[in-house]
Amino acid sequence: MKQIVVVSGKGGTGKSVLAASFAALAKNKVMVDCDVDAADLHLLLHPILKERHEFRSGKTAKLDKKLCNKCGKCIALCRFSAISDDLIVDSISCEGCGLCSLICPVGAITMEENLAGEWLVSDTKYGPFVHAKLGIAEENSGKLVAKIREVAREIAGRENLEYVIIDGPPGIGCPVIAALSGVDCALVVTEPTISGLHDARRVIEVARHFKVPVNLIVNKYDINKEITGEIEKYCGAECISVIGRIGFDKAVVESMVAGKTIVEHCGGAIREEIFKIWEKLSACDAYLV
Amino acid sequence: MIISVASGKGGTGKTTVAVNLALSLENTQFLDCDVEEPNAHIFLKPEIKERIAAFIPVPEADEAKCNACGKCREVCEYHAIAVIPKGDGAIGSVLVFPHLCHGCGACSLLCPQKAIREVNKEIGVVETGMAGDIQFVHGTLNIGEIMSPSLIRQVKKRINPFRTVIIDAPPGTSCPVIAAVKDSDYCILVTEPTPFGLNDLTLAVEVLRKLKIPFGVVINRADIGDDKVDNYCQANKIAVLLRIPFDREIARLYSRGIPLVKDNVEYKEKFRMMFETITKRHHEADRCR
Repeated sequence: MKQIVVVSGKGGTGKSVLAASFAALAKNKVMVDCDVDAADLHLLLHPILKERHEFRSGKTAKLDKKLCNKCGKCIALCRFSAISDDLIVDSISCEGCGLCSLICPVGAITMEENLAGEWLVSDTKYGPFVHAKLGIAEENSGKLVAKIREVAREIAGRENLEYVIIDGPPGIGCPVIAALSGVDCALVVTEPTISGLHDARRVIEVARHFKVPVNLIVNKYDINKEITGEIEKYCGAECISVIGRIGFDKAVVESMVAGKTIVEHCGGAIREEIFKIWEKLSACDAYLV
Repeated sequence: MIISVASGKGGTGKTTVAVNLALSLENTQFLDCDVEEPNAHIFLKPEIKERIAAFIPVPEADEAKCNACGKCREVCEYHAIAVIPKGDGAIGSVLVFPHLCHGCGACSLLCPQKAIREVNKEIGVVETGMAGDIQFVHGTLNIGEIMSPSLIRQVKKRINPFRTVIIDAPPGTSCPVIAAVKDSDYCILVTEPTPFGLNDLTLAVEVLRKLKIPFGVVINRADIGDDKVDNYCQANKIAVLLRIPFDREIARLYSRGIPLVKDNVEYKEKFRMMFETITKRHHEADRCR
């Protein structure tokens, strides 16, 4: 079983549309959408829901005003300023550490488990799909990502699938680390802008920090060929294979609006290029070492 | 007045809107709170005058005082502490996993032996400077770190109440976004008219409703995709503040790190008008309160 994650650092470079195309091209795989706080892959894969599970994680302080003697100790000791001067707990600021409940002299504060979201197992015409919805303004996205990756690995093991293909979140923080730790290959999708290069470098550093091999794709490479050159130069110096260059094509947006993957909706150069990218990614073990 | 710029989906143009808005106004302060992938400096090119490391407090046990009772492990909600008990010739010791620590202080406060003190762990850097007349602050998270909300709060400690504050937020809807937009007077949500843009916009709207922050929408690349974002805004009585068409020239300027309003009076005026609309709405809302 090979786990491949699509990441980018910068958002909006084309992670999900590429991952969806891989869903159409790869045989024997399970798809995972790890962008749990702004998930979009389902819009292209059209899942039929099979299982829905609650994701309970983290706690929130609950203050019982009848028991409270207004000593103010909790207000003073909370590092997250989550309890107001009139003793109201701000559930959004509360990080669930439980310090207040432990130091309250009259036992007026209890910790309640959060329903932080849900994770879902679906069928698609491309095979099984594991996805999730983080609750609005909830935390612990990293834990939810870890959970759905675990579920996907179980499915892949049980059904003897060859690939776990993961659509990753933007950024370099908690959910990204959870999405890429322990995978066989990180595919970094970037665009030829100074921001795109800047952000790709940072996510590549994260991948390397966790000892994950990296391949790179330049999407919309013809928007600025000079910066595409710079990206390729950087990759050359860092021994990163650039396994594809995708040209700008308005048909990509049209395919998204049609709710279809690029390889099923578009013809021409872009379709061919994605075929080639998947061929390289899947056929050559060297990229995954 | 504090105006944050957020989006749900990444790559819709948050930084473009935030930077160009700041450049179109007078007496502004710019805070780049996308600490995982900060990009605003690419466009604003600030002269950095001060560079201060950002820390979070993490526990450290004094082996001379610690009797390995296990209280710290018991009170730590984040599983950031392990205790090797005494016995079988072992003297007992405390192991700290700093990456999991939220810095709540429960362990040090509740240690019966007073054996735990807090030491600073560097998670990133906060830099301040000037970009022309704009006061500039941004944070950069260290590679492999996950506590971006803490770094975001440290960037926001630099808020100058005597200026119009523009905050560039990270993408998504989870804790880093909350940390960035919290306490803003108004939030601009940037989206694009595609199914992904709409899906993530609706999530971002839920976040802002939960936080009770007034907001409006900027539609970027307004002439691509479909009209469902417009219909959604109309149906939900959400103000569309500005439309920016897709234009290869705009994309080219962006790719080079050149702000749109530079040498473009027309757009400068559009951003200024948008600011006027926002302040008007803000004052009206204030009066109703």
